[in-house]
Amino acid sequence: MEDKLKKKDIFKLANLKLKSRLIVGTGKYKNFQEASKAIRESGADMVTVAVRRVNILDKKKPTLMDYVDPKKINYLPNTAGCFNSKDALRTLRLAREIGGWKIVKLEVLANKKNLFPDMIETIKSTKVLVQEGFKVLVYCSDDPIQAKKLEDVGASAIMPLASPIGSGLGIQNKVNISIIIKNSKVPVIIDAGIGTASDATIAMELGCDGVLINSAIAKAKNPILMARSFKNAVLSGREAFLAKRMRKNFLGNPSSPVVGLI
Amino acid sequence: MAKIQLNGKNLKIIQKLSIKQLISKYKLNKNRIAIELNGSILHKSKFKKTFLKNKDKVEIVHFIGGG
Repeated sequence: MEDKLKKKDIFKLANLKLKSRLIVGTGKYKNFQEASKAIRESGADMVTVAVRRVNILDKKKPTLMDYVDPKKINYLPNTAGCFNSKDALRTLRLAREIGGWKIVKLEVLANKKNLFPDMIETIKSTKVLVQEGFKVLVYCSDDPIQAKKLEDVGASAIMPLASPIGSGLGIQNKVNISIIIKNSKVPVIIDAGIGTASDATIAMELGCDGVLINSAIAKAKNPILMARSFKNAVLSGREAFLAKRMRKNFLGNPSSPVVGLI
Repeated sequence: MAKIQLNGKNLKIIQKLSIKQLISKYKLNKNRIAIELNGSILHKSKFKKTFLKNKDKVEIVHFIGGG
C-alpha cells in the first residue's frame, strides 16, 4: 500500500516527470563544490539557474556547468533581477538559446526592497512566453485571483511566495495558499521565503505540489545537512498530505479506552 | 582595427574577426553560451560566418548560480 502510493505519486511538471518535489536554487553558496554537494544531498532533480554575462576578464574561472551537470539534472533558468517584461523575455530567450531550455521560471520583480512580483508585468510576460512555446513556471504573489489569471494565460505552474525572497519568514498566509491550491489545475509550488525544514513540511501538508528552496539551504550554517533535512521535510509533508490528517477537535479526546477503567 | 563593445567593455579587435573566433579567443564553449549581437540573438549556426564590424555591441551570457 505504502509503496503503491509512492509509485503513483509522480510529480508531473510541464512535460517532465520528477522524482523529487523539492526544487533547489544554485545561488548564494560559498563555492560551486558546496552547491554541488548540497544539491546531491537534497535529492532534487531540478535546479534553478540565473543568466548573466560571461566574465571575459578571467578565462579560467570555473563555471556552474563544471559542477552541476545539465545532462544529469534539469536546469530551470530564471529571470532573477528583472524588473520589467522586456528584460525578463530577453533573459529567457537567451536561456533557451544556450541549449534549448524551454521550461523556465519567470519572475518579474516590482521593487528592490521586498522583491515582491509585479503581477501586471508577470501576466503580460507569461502570455508572450507561452505563445513562443515556453513552459512557464511563474513566481507570483499569494493572491488567488492573480494566480488564476496566470493559469488562464497558460502558466505551467503557479509559484506563490511564502514570504519575501530570501527572508526565511516561512508561510505567512496559509489561507491564501490553500485557496490557490484548491483553485488550480496546474501544479502549485511554494517559491521564496521558506526558512527551515518545517516550513516546507507545512507547505506540502497544505497540498502544495512542490517547494523551491535556495537561501534556506545555502545560508544555513551547514548547507549539506540542511539540504538533507529539506529532502526529508518535503517527503514527510507530502506523505502527511496523502495520508489525510485527523480532524481537529477543540476538546480533549482520550487515546486510551475509558471502558474497563479500574 | 575595429572598436566593439563586449559585455559592456570597449575592445579593439582585428578586422574581419568572426564570432567563432571571438569565442575561441575567450576559450568559451559554444554549447554553454548564448550571444546577442546588437540586441538580437545570434544563432549558433551563424557564429562562423558572422564577422564583427566597427561599433558592434556583443553580449555573451551563460548560466550562473541563482535561486
